[in-house]
Amino acid sequence: MQIFHRSANTLSRFSIFGAVFLAAFALWIIYQLNRSPYATQQREAKRQPVPFSHEHHVAGLGIDCRYCHTSVETSSFAGIPPTATCMNCHKEIWTGAEMLEPVRASLRSGEALQWQRVHRLPDFVQFNHSIHVHKGIGCVSCHGRVDQMPLTWQEEPLTMAWCLECHRAPEEHVRPKEKVFDLAWEAEDQETLGPELVREYRILEKTSCSVCHY
Amino acid sequence: MTDRPEHLDLATFRARLGEGEGPEYWRTLDELAQDPSFEEMLRLEFPREAAALGEGVDRRDFLRLMSASLAMGGLAACTPQAEETIVPYVNAPERIIPGKPLFYASAMEMDGVGLGVLVESHMGRPTKIEGNPEHPGSLGATDHFAQASILSLYDPDRSQTVRARGEVATWSAFVSALQSNLQPLRARGGEGLRILTEPVSSPTFADQMAKLRQRFPAAVWHTWQPVTGDDRRDGARLAFGRPVHTYHRFAEADVILSLDADFMMRGAGAVRYAREFADRRRVRKDKTEMNRLYVAEPMPTTTGTMADHRLAIQSAAIEELTRGIAAALGLGGEASSGQHATWIGAVARDLRAHAGRSLVIVGDSQPAAVHALAHAMNSALGNVGRTVFYTEPLEANPVPQMSSLRALVADMKAGRVEILMVLGGNPAFSAPYDFGFAAAMNRVPFRVHLSNYYDETSARSHWHIPAAQYLEAWSDVRAYDGTVSIVQPLIQPLYGGRSIHEMAGALSEDVRSGHDIVRDYWRETSGAGSGFEAFWNRSLHDGIVAGTAFPPLALSAGTLPPREEPERWGGPEVVLRPDPMIHDGRFANNAWLQELPKPITKLTWDNTAHVSRATAAAMGLSNGDVVEITAGHWSAEIPIWIVPGHANDSFTVYYGYGAERTGTIARGIGSNLQPLRTMGSGDLLRNASVRKSAKKMRLATVQEHHALSYEMSEGAGARRDIIRSGTISQYVANPRFADEPGHELEGGPSLYPPWPYPGNAWAMVIDTNVCTGCGICTIACQSENSIPVVGKEQVLAGREMHWIRTDHYYKGSPDSDALEMFNMPVPCMHCENAPCEPVCPVQATTHSDEGLNDMTYNRCIGTRYCSNNCPYKVRRFNFLSFPDYETESYKLMRNPDVTVRSRGVMEKCTYCVQRINAGRIEAEKEGRPIRDGEVVPACAQACPTRAIVFGNKNDENSEVARLRSEPLNYGLLTELNTQPRTTYLGSLKNPNPELAPAGAPATAGHAES
Repeated sequence: MQIFHRSANTLSRFSIFGAVFLAAFALWIIYQLNRSPYATQQREAKRQPVPFSHEHHVAGLGIDCRYCHTSVETSSFAGIPPTATCMNCHKEIWTGAEMLEPVRASLRSGEALQWQRVHRLPDFVQFNHSIHVHKGIGCVSCHGRVDQMPLTWQEEPLTMAWCLECHRAPEEHVRPKEKVFDLAWEAEDQETLGPELVREYRILEKTSCSVCHY
Repeated sequence: MTDRPEHLDLATFRARLGEGEGPEYWRTLDELAQDPSFEEMLRLEFPREAAALGEGVDRRDFLRLMSASLAMGGLAACTPQAEETIVPYVNAPERIIPGKPLFYASAMEMDGVGLGVLVESHMGRPTKIEGNPEHPGSLGATDHFAQASILSLYDPDRSQTVRARGEVATWSAFVSALQSNLQPLRARGGEGLRILTEPVSSPTFADQMAKLRQRFPAAVWHTWQPVTGDDRRDGARLAFGRPVHTYHRFAEADVILSLDADFMMRGAGAVRYAREFADRRRVRKDKTEMNRLYVAEPMPTTTGTMADHRLAIQSAAIEELTRGIAAALGLGGEASSGQHATWIGAVARDLRAHAGRSLVIVGDSQPAAVHALAHAMNSALGNVGRTVFYTEPLEANPVPQMSSLRALVADMKAGRVEILMVLGGNPAFSAPYDFGFAAAMNRVPFRVHLSNYYDETSARSHWHIPAAQYLEAWSDVRAYDGTVSIVQPLIQPLYGGRSIHEMAGALSEDVRSGHDIVRDYWRETSGAGSGFEAFWNRSLHDGIVAGTAFPPLALSAGTLPPREEPERWGGPEVVLRPDPMIHDGRFANNAWLQELPKPITKLTWDNTAHVSRATAAAMGLSNGDVVEITAGHWSAEIPIWIVPGHANDSFTVYYGYGAERTGTIARGIGSNLQPLRTMGSGDLLRNASVRKSAKKMRLATVQEHHALSYEMSEGAGARRDIIRSGTISQYVANPRFADEPGHELEGGPSLYPPWPYPGNAWAMVIDTNVCTGCGICTIACQSENSIPVVGKEQVLAGREMHWIRTDHYYKGSPDSDALEMFNMPVPCMHCENAPCEPVCPVQATTHSDEGLNDMTYNRCIGTRYCSNNCPYKVRRFNFLSFPDYETESYKLMRNPDVTVRSRGVMEKCTYCVQRINAGRIEAEKEGRPIRDGEVVPACAQACPTRAIVFGNKNDENSEVARLRSEPLNYGLLTELNTQPRTTYLGSLKNPNPELAPAGAPATAGHAES
């Protein structure tokens, strides 16, 4: 007495193996989603109290990164300019602009502007700007062409795998120290320049956990 | 264990010791008696773990809970990162660079004496206290109170507002109320105005009070605090006829006699004294000389553990002992023929042989006569001006405190007090019980109290003013030698607190700020004239006002104090001592101090009555038994703790607990001994009776936690002790006695090729010869690494989170004066072959390229395999989300350079990797190697004796590399081939050949009485 058709054997085999593939596929999808720009919030311009344009200030006016981000060479934190820095210029120009009212209000009231953080690392990661700048890692390597961003977004995924790409092979990303703040600079021959600079700047391949996690 | 009395009989110990059966070095009496309970403790990672899982959880509930946690944990993991804002300054203050801490010099005052500190500030928030290397009392180290003061600053239980009869009020309302009440007193020269302060050494406050006296000549300034130091003051009066302050120079002393003085942990100058003492004990290849310390004391102390000869003696018998020594020194009086005659003779001969290079020091709880005797002995030995110095008193109001308070209470009772200003302290609770301070206070028409907490005294006052802590207000204070430090605040008062200077200002219609009061005083008196600005900035920057140390007085004490017929009494003596952690109770609400194991007993969260094993056995007492101590009409209950090395027929009890209104931490813990602190009692109750009650208390000691044993490596080779000790003569004969060959620290057999460490190779050496076991390293680590407290119940379950612990070991019979004590701080060993690493299934613990055993919190899934596999038991697991995430003020306190760990995550000592990384980044930016001493972990920085040295062992010139090559250097359990980076220097004693026959075997055999 045969209840099932003979093809049921094939079907059941197929579905058992298929389930394995299906599960693996589902995991792969989750993994990919997790790393997708959707999850890492790449290229997503945040709404800010003032629609500040790096494109205008950096590319248009030629202001150096360090004019505002003053502690980038000395501290872990690059620094967000105090209201007073904005007003150095804006007490002279665009003094009546509607767009700049929150800045003027901040100076009047003494209440700080609250910017949305664009580049955010988890609390268990310790990142230090100053050492990267001193070892010849350019702003553009992590922040992208900020000079082409009308509103600021996060260009790179900022995942651990992405950090390690460079920590394992710094020669692929290092640049001369004087070009660190030059967003447009590109090496003509990174393959020869990179290893030379790694030697010259004594760049250590720091990949131990406690370099960033403590 | 707390309940295992029946095993502890003398015969068993004697038999075990005689047979050479028991361990040579032991931690608890259970271990000495080889009780099975200790064996269990040794094998288990956590004691009494089973009890920790709440009762009544069956299989189904367990599964339900687990599936719910899994589901919720899974969901929580899916949440994207929350949005975060960046809030820049409007106008950036000068010098503050976000991400970089600033350090300011200041000073912390306690008992009228200042300790110079450097305070770490992150964007205006003080986060960590370090010692000020420029300050004579600190030399770069701190005490545990200074470390813990940062927690007291952010304590949410502090009083947060001015109150008038309990209702919220304002400072200006207080000032006008005070002025209108002062009005009628003006005509009478301030008669009826009384000010009660704790001892104050501030020159500014002294000047304010002097000026106030000009306005109100009839006003009286009373000074009192629970730890009075009256006997010390009276001793000086007996010897010199006037109040005199004494300080010591241990650097110049070859032979030291301490009579019940825990000079390395208590009292003025303790931090410096510990350092000076330790500097004379660092035996190295090329330095084989040590000082010698004799200690006579009832209760073992940190100083007692360092003694070369320690005499366990009743507190009341010390006067007799001292008179014996004085007589043997030829100062007159009868020569002693008592049981301590040999000791007395040997000590006296040794002191005389080192005349001018010896030192006699007396503890505060000894009667005035003993202090006077010590002054006479130091004078006769020619020590004055060499190791002992006399100066003017540090306090601005050096009155006998008990009589000062008694006079105040009498006047209050008689209605002669119209305005009472209590500046600091909580006398309504802590004043002698039979004074009836609280009741007398109610008869004063206008009562004001300045204090940290809204406490018993505040509740009885018309006005309560919140006090500003030293990190919040300007002041000045004198160090142990008189050197003045300006107390520089780091932050605006969190809760509108006021300083004593502002209170004195309110009395004299002085509306200046605290800052102006202090600054103006120094402008008037410094004599700097137009250079004042430079003088002021320099004093603030250095943390000391140059040239303000008191000049030594040329004084000599000749006559011995008259002998009073000793009171006869039956029964044991009861000695009252302030608690080593919460002091007189002022730190009762400080959870760091409550959970810091007390020296010797390693008890947390409780005070106890300490007693010797023999006396306990005679009275049928065991650990945790509650006894009732009755003295006269008064009695108090307190649990018993048996302390090996305690004097017989003597109970030492710690007071300070029991105040009910000083905050949520302090409430309901410990035993209130206030009833025993009466007018006549002083620190010693002679006629007390001690009776066992039916009650029993569970006490949280960590003494038996994390026990190590050579037996853990059974079969791995020869037995090696955890502690290695000997005598100086043994060391001279065989410097390598501590580290015999066969236990190499490096290059043991391995299946893998050796791992190279070409760059920095971090290592730590801990000198057990100078470790006093005070526990300051533990609390410094707690502050630096934001380590949570867990509470008494969790300590009982063995879940304390301290990353560095101090183990306390004994050697010899618990009833003998030959009992030796050893302290061993144990942080992570950072083994090169770390047993924890291969067992982690998720590689959360790995090895760094500089040899650190890294712990990556975000990877940890909490299997606890690593902790289970650690032979040193140094890993700590966060069972119940111990950090307090909710309280706003604690968020300001935490070190922003370390991650706050959560529940289910393993953590442990990192060698302060945040400091290593900060040091490396600075060095790399300058393109140079890290200098030796540039990176100092928190434990090493705070240690008063510099027992902990950290550095790069690859750098041959580093201190750590030199110490690792010392013959005394050894590793713990090296037979396991763990190759620890943390190593130890063996402990040495310098016994007097007269008292201990030279060449007595010290590492083999047992010291017997």
